[in-house]
Amino acid sequence: MRAFATLYSRLDSTTKTNRKLGALRDYFSTAAPADAAWAVHFLVGRTLKRLINSRELQTWGAAAAGIPDWLFLECYSAVGDMAETLALLLPPPAESTPLPLHYWVEAVLARLGSLAEDEKRAALVNAWQSMDREQRLVWNKLITGGFRVGVSHKLVVRALAEAGGLPAATVAHRLMGDWTPSAEFFQQLLAKEGGTAEVSRPYPFFLAYPLEDPPESLGSITDWQCEWKWDGIRAQLLRRQGKTYLWSRGEELVTERFPEISEEAERLPEGTALDGEILAWKDGAVLPFALLQQRIGRKKLGPKILDDVPVALLTFDILEKEGQDVRAMPLSERRKYLAEILERLFLPRHILLSPMVEAASWEALAAAREGSRTRNVEGVMLKRLDSPYGVGRQRGPWWKWKINPHTVDAVLIYAQLGHGRRASLHTDYTFGVWHDGELVPFAKAYSGLTDEEIREVDRFVRNHTLERFGPVRRVEPTLVFEIAFEGIQKSTRHKSGIAVRFPRMARWRHDKKAEEADTLERLKGMIQETH
Amino acid sequence: MSAPLLTLTDAGLYCPDGDFFIDPWQPVSRAVITHAHADHARPGSASYLSAQDGVSVLRHRLGPYAQIDALPYGDTQQIIGVRLSLHPAGHILGSAQVRVERGGEVWVVSGDYKTAPDPTCRPFEPIRCHTFVTESTFGLPIYRWPAEQEIFEQIHAFWRENQEVGLATVIFAYSLGKAQRILAGLDTSIGPIYCHGAVDSMNQRYRETGISLPPTTLVTEETHKDAFCRALILAPPSAQRSPWTRRLGDYAGGFVSGWMLIRGARRRRVVERGFVLSDHADWPGLLSSIEATGAQRVLVTHGHIVPMVQWLREKGLEAHGLQTRFEGELDEVSEESESKTNV
Repeated sequence: MRAFATLYSRLDSTTKTNRKLGALRDYFSTAAPADAAWAVHFLVGRTLKRLINSRELQTWGAAAAGIPDWLFLECYSAVGDMAETLALLLPPPAESTPLPLHYWVEAVLARLGSLAEDEKRAALVNAWQSMDREQRLVWNKLITGGFRVGVSHKLVVRALAEAGGLPAATVAHRLMGDWTPSAEFFQQLLAKEGGTAEVSRPYPFFLAYPLEDPPESLGSITDWQCEWKWDGIRAQLLRRQGKTYLWSRGEELVTERFPEISEEAERLPEGTALDGEILAWKDGAVLPFALLQQRIGRKKLGPKILDDVPVALLTFDILEKEGQDVRAMPLSERRKYLAEILERLFLPRHILLSPMVEAASWEALAAAREGSRTRNVEGVMLKRLDSPYGVGRQRGPWWKWKINPHTVDAVLIYAQLGHGRRASLHTDYTFGVWHDGELVPFAKAYSGLTDEEIREVDRFVRNHTLERFGPVRRVEPTLVFEIAFEGIQKSTRHKSGIAVRFPRMARWRHDKKAEEADTLERLKGMIQETH
Repeated sequence: MSAPLLTLTDAGLYCPDGDFFIDPWQPVSRAVITHAHADHARPGSASYLSAQDGVSVLRHRLGPYAQIDALPYGDTQQIIGVRLSLHPAGHILGSAQVRVERGGEVWVVSGDYKTAPDPTCRPFEPIRCHTFVTESTFGLPIYRWPAEQEIFEQIHAFWRENQEVGLATVIFAYSLGKAQRILAGLDTSIGPIYCHGAVDSMNQRYRETGISLPPTTLVTEETHKDAFCRALILAPPSAQRSPWTRRLGDYAGGFVSGWMLIRGARRRRVVERGFVLSDHADWPGLLSSIEATGAQRVLVTHGHIVPMVQWLREKGLEAHGLQTRFEGELDEVSEESESKTNV
């Protein structure tokens, strides 16, 4: 595990992409395949089931460090990261284990779940005592399931591609779907030829950049295919060897979650891969995302929820036809294939063709886009008719042209300490709007401010606290921020009676006083506009 | 029972029987200063008393017209009803603990202190007392400093790595105290050392006081960028986000502070590397210092007051928090304000 811990330190101690790439490449070129496989697993953000709860970790950690629980918690709140707190508090180690990563993961970590409490504790304490500080931090990250080290999926793919002398797209594809970290897997991953293709393996998703320039900069609209930008779950539907696989963009297999789609998919021809968006869909129209979210939240799908919130996959691309990868074909051709296949489905109800937005000019498209909100869509997608289906996010062939978010001016009323990079700074805020002369909390937001502004707000919070409830501080209601959000819904779970989607701070309104902030009535009015 | 030797007033920590303040935050008639950092040495008082070693740096902070009296470490001065003496705190050049005695009762105010070695100032001396006023900037058990030698090895390795790829090495550190401590520990055979103006003027004060530091060159507008590619440049933290860094060409930055022990703080700094070297005592240093004073009563100021007080109480001491306006909790912010006043 030393080599992996060293990799972690190297990645953690630089902000430069090139140095990170170099560190990853060095590691993948030299590590044993059985270890490298696990390294890939963790680096691309896959986790193991959490095997120890934080209560156990706190109690055992405090005892191993020889301090009372209350002091352990004080330390945790100063550090903002459980794994790091433990690494800092534990007494200097007795030795530095030479055992490899796959040993610690497979023989210790993966077995923790099946152990009785005292055995579990003994295994953990033994691990701590066997590891130097560098290894301990990484180990703690693995057991808490919070392994993140600031490398993107794309960077890991690039490093693997360079280490194996392969095109990045090949590695990206081989990393998709369901795989088990093993020496064989890693060898296949970097194999020069073919590798054994997993029947369930999806293709990497092709993603669009937001359009920042006016659409006229894209040339003639006749070169472009325009579609609605749906607000649902991006998904890939596979029909291979008589089986159906529905993958979300987060590479989660969601086939069972959407039985309507899976059943209808049985009628698709063998060797088909479709790209689309899962939406809550009823009577030919999309329902708000919040309903889809409710459905996802259910453990069991009873007849009522299936009836209330039916779903459909609105498909907009085809990646595999009759077992052949067709991603290199131009979009205009792929669209024809897609339309043919859906036609042959005969009156499909849950696998539909995402319609094109017909517009003869950019002006006409802009006008259509203005109606996005009433249709419950986020805007429009622009795709070059001659574009192949690429890998990852690329500038040029595909663009998303979203409508502007809703905005309101709201007052900062509560603040809480952040975590990780933002530990010991107050970065988690709750905002209120006016109702009957009182500020009613309506949204929490964490992002949108610069580091400089965060420090300034933090100073304000510390000096203007009115009350403290544990980690939460109520502050003097004087700072006003413009809060942007995507959707707005009625909600019975929130005191304000509304719920907003993706709230963030668009800017700090230094020019506004608290009294000038918006009202709850104005927010409720926005719900009316939407539906 | 008579009134306590020291009490907290709006202007700061006050000794009624001696009619003086220790590190007051408002102008007063007589201020005893523990050290010359901005949150402890504020301008506007009618007269100041400082340890002899600290006069030069304090003069730099307060200006040419301030009335500053000097007292050598260990010498005793009678001030009205109390006996006062100053003792090395090991924090920076001229930093002092203030010992106040009245009829056999002894209080010691630590100011800021550290127990780790530092060739640029006299080491911390524990003073026996009944009441000890201690700082608690790093008063949590997560704070345990690595050996100084280890940190210098890291800095030297960083410097060499940067030289190999033709990058300048910029080390951001407090201009008063920290910068000189680093300077004194650097291996001058690796390459030339340059200083930002704020650091350079403090170096001069140190040299005037008789502290030997390796030779350094001031970065000026005329210095050619090529001069820096093998060099290490010492600069205050505030310089990191200023146009000043453009003079240096391409560089890799390191930040030196006790806070660098925590990953979150290190990543917020947006430097290539964080080096854990502090002017303050770590948790074991605080506890061993408190123990060495033999004090039965401990008053805890700036930093992690609540956990420190609770810990000491659980160990059987009488402990209380003392809310001063020294800027312990603001950590990084105070480092910035400190260096800004020097630039």
